[in-house]
Parts: sequence; C-alpha cells; structure tokens
Amino acid sequence: MRVLVSLAAIAAALAAVPLLGLPAFYESFLYLVFHWIVLATSWNILSGYSGYISFGHGAFFGAGVYTTATLAARYDMPFLWTLPLAGVIAAALALCIGLVVFRVRRVRGELFALLTLAVTFVLATIILNTSIDGGPGVYLSAVPLPKLGPSASSMFYLLALALAVATLVIAYIVRRARLGRGLFAIHDDEDVAEVMGVPTYRFKLAAFALSCALAGIAGGIHAVFVSYVMVGETFSITVPLTVVLMSILGGTRHWAGPAIGATVITALMYAFTASDYAIAGKAAVGVVLILVILFMPQGLLGRWRGRKKTMAAAVEVRGAGAVGSQLAAERVPAVATPEPAGAPPLLVIERLSKAFEGVQALRNVTLDVRAGEVLGLLGPNGSGKSTLINVVSGHFKPDSGRIVFRGREIAGIPAHRIARAGIARTYQIPRPFRELTVRENVTLAAMFGGATLARAAAEREATRWLEFARLARKADALPDELNLHQRKFLELARALAFRPQLVLLDEVLSGLNPAEIDSAVELIRDIRAQGATIVLVEHVMRAVIALADRIVVLNHGDVIAAGAPAAVMGDPAVVTAYLGAPAHA
Amino acid sequence: MNLPGGTLLGQAVLSGIFIGALYGLLGLGLSLTWGLLGQINLAHFALAFLGAYLTYHLATVGGLDPLVTLALIVPGFFVLGVAMQWLFARFRVSPLNSLLVTFGFTVIVETVIQSVWTADFRRLESAYASVNFRVGTLFVPLPELLTLGIAIALSLGAWAVLRYTDIGRAMRAAAEDAPIAAAFGVDERRLAYLVSGASAALAGAAGLCLALSQTLAPAQIYAWIGVIFAVVMMGGPGRALGPLVAGIVIGVSEAVTMAVTAPSWAPVVSFSLLILLLIARPGRA
Repeated sequence: MRVLVSLAAIAAALAAVPLLGLPAFYESFLYLVFHWIVLATSWNILSGYSGYISFGHGAFFGAGVYTTATLAARYDMPFLWTLPLAGVIAAALALCIGLVVFRVRRVRGELFALLTLAVTFVLATIILNTSIDGGPGVYLSAVPLPKLGPSASSMFYLLALALAVATLVIAYIVRRARLGRGLFAIHDDEDVAEVMGVPTYRFKLAAFALSCALAGIAGGIHAVFVSYVMVGETFSITVPLTVVLMSILGGTRHWAGPAIGATVITALMYAFTASDYAIAGKAAVGVVLILVILFMPQGLLGRWRGRKKTMAAAVEVRGAGAVGSQLAAERVPAVATPEPAGAPPLLVIERLSKAFEGVQALRNVTLDVRAGEVLGLLGPNGSGKSTLINVVSGHFKPDSGRIVFRGREIAGIPAHRIARAGIARTYQIPRPFRELTVRENVTLAAMFGGATLARAAAEREATRWLEFARLARKADALPDELNLHQRKFLELARALAFRPQLVLLDEVLSGLNPAEIDSAVELIRDIRAQGATIVLVEHVMRAVIALADRIVVLNHGDVIAAGAPAAVMGDPAVVTAYLGAPAHA
Repeated sequence: MNLPGGTLLGQAVLSGIFIGALYGLLGLGLSLTWGLLGQINLAHFALAFLGAYLTYHLATVGGLDPLVTLALIVPGFFVLGVAMQWLFARFRVSPLNSLLVTFGFTVIVETVIQSVWTADFRRLESAYASVNFRVGTLFVPLPELLTLGIAIALSLGAWAVLRYTDIGRAMRAAAEDAPIAAAFGVDERRLAYLVSGASAALAGAAGLCLALSQTLAPAQIYAWIGVIFAVVMMGGPGRALGPLVAGIVIGVSEAVTMAVTAPSWAPVVSFSLLILLLIARPGRA
C-alpha cells in the first residue's frame, strides 16, 4: 500500500509540472521518458515475470500506432477515443497469437522470441502493402488535439504520465497477485507450475494480452505525438531491442526495474544525441550496457533486492525458534486409519495404457488407492512407476483407460485442474522454483493448491509446513543453497502446503543416508497423520515395509502383484522380476 | 497478379539462390555459436559489416585484390572471436544476456564504422563487379557466383569437420551434454574458443561477399537480423548445412514472390514460413 501511496504522490507532483510554464522541450523529453517506461514495464509483465521473452513488442506498439492513425486520420474519430481501441486491437492480436503459440509446449525461450519477431515483420509487411498505410505513411498533423493542460506538449506529457503511472500500478499489483506468483513459477519451471495448480495457459494469455494492450495504448499516443507515422520507423527492431535492454538493465524481477532502466537509457540517449558527440555517445551506451550486464547480470534493482533479502534472512533465523516451538505444540497427531475395504476407493485406475514411440510404459494397469492408506508402488527400473505418477498428475495424457479420483474422471484433463482437485506430487530429482525462496516456493503451493488461499493466509500456512519439514531456518534461502536432503524435504513441504487428499511421492528417499531416511520416514508418518492418502514409489525396501499398508508391484508396465507387504514380497512373480527366474535344477 | 514469363521466373529463382547463399553464409557462424555454445551473437552482423568495410578499405585504399584481403581478415577476426569467448567464459554470460552484451558490441562496432567510413553509402568497385556470364537466357553476375561458391565450400567444410573429425564430434558432444563430455576427456573450454573464433572468421568471409555484391551503410547492420535469424532457426541451430539450405529456400521464395507480386511483399513469405515451421515442428529448431 505504501508503494501505491508514494506513486500517487509522485504522480500528483509531476502532474503539476505543466503549470510551471517550462519550455516545451522539457515536457517533450519527459514525455519520451514516460513513453519508454510504459513500453518497458508492459513488456516486463509478460517477458520479465514469466520468462517468455518477446521480441514482438514492436508489433503490438505498431498495432496501436496504426489503429489510432487510421481511426483519427481517416475516420475522424476523436483522438482520445481511439486510445482504448488501440489497446483492444493490440490485445486481440496478442490473444490470437497466444491462443496458437502457447499451446505448443516447446515454443519457449528463443523460439518464442523469434516467433514474435517474425510476427512483427509479417504485420509490418501487411500494413505496408494494404490501404492501412500503403507506403507513403500517414499524416496526423490535422488531428484535433484535446484541450488538456496549457499547450499541446503538456497534453502529451499528461497523457503519457497517466499511462505510465497506470502501467506501474498494474505491474506492481500483478507482481503481488496470484497472476504474478503464477508467472514467476512459470518462469522457473512451467511443468512444475502446472502440476502445482497454476493454470499456466490462461495466465500466459492474460499476461500477454495485458502487456500488449498497454503497448498498444502507448502506440496510439505516440502516433499523434510524432504526427507522421511510417511502417519502417514504427516496426523497426528499435522498439523490441530497447525495451529488452531497459528492462534487463533495471532488473526484470522487480516491478519498477524496467522503469528505472527506461529512465536511465532515455536520459543517456538524449544527453548524447543532443550533444556534439552523438557518435561517441552511442558507443558509450553500448559500453555501459556491456559493463552492466557483465557485472550486474540481475540488473540495477536485482542487486538492491538481493541485499535486502540477506538482511531479512538474518532476522528470520533469530525469530524462528520461538515460532517453531509454538507450532510444534499445535501439531495434533490424529492418526488416520485406512478406511474399511467396503468404502469407495479414493483413486481408481482402470486399464490405463501409455506408450512412448513403441515402448509400452504402462499396459492395462488397474489398481485402486483407498482413502487414508499408504500404498507402496514397487518395481524394477523402467517398470512404469514414474510414468504412472506422470499420467495421474496430468503431465502425460494416457493413451487409453480411466482414472477416477473421488468419483470424477480426471484422465487427460489439464494438470492444474488435477492439482486443484487435490492431488499433489513430488519429484524424484527435486524441482524447486530456483529463483524463489524456500518460503515463496511453499507459499505458492498453498496459493494454488487444493486450499487456494489468499497470499497472507498462504504465507502463514507456508511457515507452518516449513516448520513441519524442519526447514524454518532456511525459509529465506534460495533452493540452490539447500543440500539434497533439505531439497527433498522442500518437495514434501510444498506437497503438504497444497492440502492434498492424495500425495504421490516419487522416490523421496533415494540418495539419502540412513539417518536422513529415518527422519524422512518419520515425516511421511506425520503427513499421513494429517489425513492425507499416500502413494509411495520407493526402492528403499525397509522404508516401504515400515510405511506401506499395501503394496502394488509393476514390471514392464504390468501389475504383477498386489496386497499386504509380507504376502507380496514372497510372491514368486515379484522375486522373478527383481532377481530373475530361478535356475532349473 | 501477372504470372511472369519463363526467363523472368528463371532469373528470379537464380537471384533467389544467390541471395540465399549470402543468407546461408551469414547464418552459418551465427548457427554454430548458437547451437554449440548456446550464445545468441547479435555482434555477428556487426562483424560481417566490419569485415565488409575492411575489404572495401584494403581494396580501394590499399589496392589489394578483394579475395586477398581474406588472408588478413580471417586470422584477425579469429582472434576477435576468441577474445569475445574469453569474456563470455570469464563472466559466465547466460544465453539471454549474451544477446544484450553482443548488442552492446554491435552498437560499438556501428559507431566505429560510422566514424571511420561515415554514414554514407559505400560500394566496392572491384574488377569482379562488372563481369557477367550468360547461360542461355539468364544473366550470372560473377560476385554472386563467388558468394555461392564460398557459401557452399564453407558450409560443406564445417559440416565435414563436425561430422568426421574428432574435434567436430567432441564439439557436438559438448553441446549436447557438457559435463558428460568433460568426463570423457573433452576440453570444453578450448573447443569453445575454437568455435567462437571460427564463427568470427566466418563473419569475415561473409563480409567479403557483402562487400562484393551489396552497397554498404552502417545502418544496414540491422537490416539483416530478422531474415538471418529466420534462416538459422529454420536450418536448426548448430547444423552446418541447415543455414545454406534454409537460406536458399527463403531466398528463392522471396525472389519468386517479388517477381509474381510486388517486392514489398517479400518479407511475408519468409517469416510466414518461419512461423508455420515453429508452430508445426517446434522440435526441429
């Protein structure tokens, strides 16, 4: 809130500038600063937050430019009325592209960047060759200007100021809201984000549309500001490159980073192009850029944020002990017992099959998981255990078969909806969100999981589960600072903060030493005591025997045995699968 | 839309092949550093233009034959490439940041070119420029033919090195999984210097071809970025023959579009091809 109030105060002060009667030059310079703040900040909402780097921001800016140019110059629509339409057209264009592109799982990173760049050139060519422009450009000098402020330059100044403030407020709110949390998760690991309940497709579309709408409005204002628009200028490589530079210079993970970068670079460019040393100045911009990236790869605000974080962490460690003991007292070990066999199972898997390019990973697998039990899932390497978890959690679509969870068919529906329905999973090799702190990792799960809590409640929930998983001291560390044992426990804490009905644990014990295994087994007992049903994929036999109520054994994608641990382990088919067929005497 | 006659169409296809060869040559170095080192090197375009201007300078002021200038430019650029790789390794520059750092270099090179050779257009009047062949009804200009020859020779050479030599196999292994390759004794750092140096040297060779067949201006550096990236993506980063093949496909489709409709429609073809390819077969690139 304090941030928004200070933003409002700064905006009010800046809005008074036209009253000072400064030469128009100052207003025009500040107009350019605001213009670039809007473009860079709006770019950052999609590309900085989610990591989908767009090189097509010029296309959406240009869509706005030509929407206003066409409506105002040809159809005599009042200038201010064209601006919302410029935003809508740009957003619609983004939605059309996003609807296709975001469905293709592998169009990420450089592919997305190039695709958006290509869109820019295609759009430019179409506008150039149709009556929208046709080649000679569009003159807007005859467009009547609204009376805002003492002069025309004040009008542009105030419009750009208003849009810049609005864009910053949006960037700030989005960053703190569910959308922003989800986008940051997508940035680090999109598959895991989806499995944790983040509707990745919808979020990407929303961020793209929002980002492009703002760029479109900025384009609309700019069209009339420059009063003569040309395809070559509008759709040049300048806009996308400049916004990327500004955002990275300022820091893409901070809502204000791009604005800082935009201000610095606009000022630098202006200072040098206005002076007698235009060429040297341009080279200086290049040198500054290289030095900043080499020595501050996170950007100006990235560094500042880093320092703040270590301070916060120091405070946290001191406070952790007191909170911890209080929480430990709260923990109620209400032991859940497996429901009687007559009750309907929590999860029913029927004749499930999945093949990868000819390798039959799962073949007509049928099994059920009863509410409250711990089901051990065993099998040699390559027997289909991990595939089963990937299919149930929605990462892969099954080829055939049914998966029914609490009476609802979930086979083939998007992973985030399976997650919301109450199924959480962990990864054999932990996959934390690497750029989020341990606490933020767990908070995210609480925000998007079965409980879908608001941010504050989710943070309380996260603190609780971090204590539970013995990670409270590491709450403000980044995952890379944890050892394997702690990272495995972070996976568990994330799964728990989710408040799942069913937890799929994929080899949480592998790679741990005997003492760590003992503490993990204790933790899994605690998880069960919270009332969750557990499917345990595991190789560590003594842990499985200690924890599991029932065991299912897979081999080459088939269920070869199921039942109580002792009976299954003695089954000849299981012995053969693990040790080979007995030699004929 | 009028369908052009056979000769015009033939000439369009031929000029498409020639411009495509230049696309492929410019794309080759970019593709190698992208695919093998994970760097997106915008400075490649600036280096190529620097090479072109150096050729221009050595030929007009120094009086050297344009082809002889390669003997100076190629080793010099190799050293430049190695120096750049040293910087990238020293600061562990991420792929995205490599784009920004090399953009910085591009701006610096552009200002150097502008202050030495001014922003005016320059054109190399070499002995090659005026030579034409006639094959049937088609014109074959010598500079473009040289470009095609150089592009084919260098692409095939790079392909053979990557495929048949131990160094080439080690490069591909390191690109696929650096830690595993290192465990098998591949010295990844030295290979990276080699790739980066070779890529810069290829930019020098491309510069010669630019100087022979194009009019030079500092701002032209940016004009090629879009289409060359399309070529590299289409050919598949790290694949030596990819840029040449993709370059010729794009060049011919552009040239035919220009002949059939208006020249200004040409970009739609190459970039629509790229968009379709990216969406239909994202794994290819």
